Amino acid sequence: MTDSIIYSVLLLTSLGIMAAIILYVVSKKFYVYENPLIAEIEDILPAANCGGCGSPGCKAFAEKLVNSEDISVLFCPVGGNAVMKLVSEVLGKEVLEKDPTVAVLRCQGACDVRPKTTEYQGPKSCVISSLIYSGETDCQYGCLGDGDCVAVCKFDAMYMDEATGLPVIISDKCTSCGACVEACPRDIIEMRPKNKRDLKIFVGCLNEDKAGIAKRACEVACIGCSKCLDVCPKDAISIENNLAYIDPAICTLCRKCVEVCPTHSIIETNFPPKKDKKVEPKVEVLVESEKIKTDA
Amino acid sequence: MLKTFPKGGIHPPENKLTSTKGIKKMPVPKMVYVPISQHIGIPAEIIVNVKDNVEIGQVIAKSGGFVSSNVHSPVAGVVTKLDKVIDTSGYKKQCIVIRTDAKNESNFEDISYSLKKDITMAPKDILQRINDYGIVGLGGATFPSHVKLSLKEGTVLDHLIINGVECEPYLTADHRLMIEKAEEILVGIKILMFALHVDKAIIGIENNKKDAIDIFKKLTKNENGIKVAALQVKYPQGGEKQLVRALLNREVPKNGLPLDVGVIVHNVGTIYAIYQAIQHNKPLTERVVTVTGKQLKNASNYWVKIGTPISDLINEVGGLPEGTRKIVNGGPMMGKAIKNLDVPVTKGTSGILVISEDEASRGEPKNCIRCGECIYVCPMGLEPHLLMNLSEKGMYEKASSEDIMTCIECGSCSYVCPSNRPLLDYIRFGKNIVKKLNSAKN
Repeated sequence: MTDSIIYSVLLLTSLGIMAAIILYVVSKKFYVYENPLIAEIEDILPAANCGGCGSPGCKAFAEKLVNSEDISVLFCPVGGNAVMKLVSEVLGKEVLEKDPTVAVLRCQGACDVRPKTTEYQGPKSCVISSLIYSGETDCQYGCLGDGDCVAVCKFDAMYMDEATGLPVIISDKCTSCGACVEACPRDIIEMRPKNKRDLKIFVGCLNEDKAGIAKRACEVACIGCSKCLDVCPKDAISIENNLAYIDPAICTLCRKCVEVCPTHSIIETNFPPKKDKKVEPKVEVLVESEKIKTDA
Repeated sequence: MLKTFPKGGIHPPENKLTSTKGIKKMPVPKMVYVPISQHIGIPAEIIVNVKDNVEIGQVIAKSGGFVSSNVHSPVAGVVTKLDKVIDTSGYKKQCIVIRTDAKNESNFEDISYSLKKDITMAPKDILQRINDYGIVGLGGATFPSHVKLSLKEGTVLDHLIINGVECEPYLTADHRLMIEKAEEILVGIKILMFALHVDKAIIGIENNKKDAIDIFKKLTKNENGIKVAALQVKYPQGGEKQLVRALLNREVPKNGLPLDVGVIVHNVGTIYAIYQAIQHNKPLTERVVTVTGKQLKNASNYWVKIGTPISDLINEVGGLPEGTRKIVNGGPMMGKAIKNLDVPVTKGTSGILVISEDEASRGEPKNCIRCGECIYVCPMGLEPHLLMNLSEKGMYEKASSEDIMTCIECGSCSYVCPSNRPLLDYIRFGKNIVKKLNSAKN
């Protein structure tokens, strides 16, 4: 009885010692040198592995940052300026400073304003249905509503609104990694600058059809009437192919265009209610922030 | 035993409802909407302006490159608009809108429709005219014919195959054309044989068109080099590669063309268009369209001017029956559902199929049960279930190495799948991505 215990303890111990020796020799013999900076940088990076920087993951991006001479073209959209500043301190290289951006949905074609004229029965995927035809409604520019963007979002910053059939972007969670922009076959999602209070004004439409056709397909379509163009004090608005675009670099968020738009296709988000209206408690406005986009 | 291709294939219900209906002439529509991209390749360039008067057969859009084709005015009238109109792709595309005027006659057309047998043109001129007169493959793929016919030096070509298979259910356009214009088609075949210096031609016809086989057998009795072959009824025998395999027992290499094994394949509709272009000086401005559907009262075959809105065709057969759910441009297997009735007939429209509620639904997709039915029926020897999974999961490199690009999109896999899986939708999507990746690589 005692013998067997002793033998097995001895055997296992010697096995262990042998394995340890082999492992030690192998690790010395096949040691691969890795710049310790890479691990340090990787710790700084957000570890989201989203691919927003263009590299396949944070580790790959860290390697790129350490190995590249000039890193001013590289940027981690998730970490933003704060992370890039830390990277710059560690590596002693110049980094780019970018204004924070956030994804916005440039379509307001909810079910009640954009009637369905056909029924699609194929796979629920925007890229596939856009290969087959222009979608269930008569607008060939708007959201297809199958949620490819929601599926690729790694930060839970998007969800499909059952009532409107459109995706909703939660600004606070959006890291502007750009995955949704890539996934959308219609290029509906745009990255726009995110200022302190996340105030944004943009045209929520991409319809390039002539006024009558666009309006028939969707009640809130931009009809290219150029009313916004006339009231804009800063020339931030341009109209091309019957469609207005507000340049965020010039726009001063004066909200004059929002008022004159006859089809309500210009969206304002997170602005406090106008003074002449009843002032609502501030907390409620913040809670509602993500909904205003679709209600507007 | 009748000839056929050995690998895969299916036999859906034939439903050739209109095979005994003669081809009627569709009245000239009031307005025609002529898309500038009716063929595979570069869209044609518009060369008319609004308010221009156009004649029948006048070139209104010029070929935009080698793989492209001229577009001719199907009617005489006035160009009213250059607008975007929805087409079969489901998207709005550039169109030339022409309002027809009352006279609608033209010196372009050789009005004496009598059969002209003598070939007076030189081979080079024949090929040039096929190019000039906007002739594309009328079987449905609309590949510009002159591209197929321009042989590189040193190419060995020994057979011309005439595709009279029409394996799609419901469609009878080619069938009726073969019965009514058999002699003209025979002249067309001779024109091509003369132009290409080929001495052997085979007309392949499926055995469900016995009358057409008999007519051609009778006509070719004393012809040297032109044969008629009856084929077993099997879908997709009308595919070039399948047809070459069935008739000549030659395997077209993957990613290759029938020309690689010394064969050129042309549809009977194309041959008739070539006959008209060469012998009657008539550009491609009309084609045979089968308007069919189980609920339609007057389903029939029609000569239709290119650019006629499909709504006109539907009115001609007595309006849409109640409970119509889907209207398909083409046959039920490879055709495409259209978005509304404004879609115009183009060079590739072989049929308009009206489908009722109970036949239109696709069924809820369920899990793959690994029955292997899709592999069994694939005429290209692919594994559709695997290709679908690879496309769905974004493994495009692997899909490419599993030969996703050789898929001919016949839809046999989706047709037989007992779990209603959207196999072809995903394969088509995968092909699209692989094509983009490949072109980015080059």
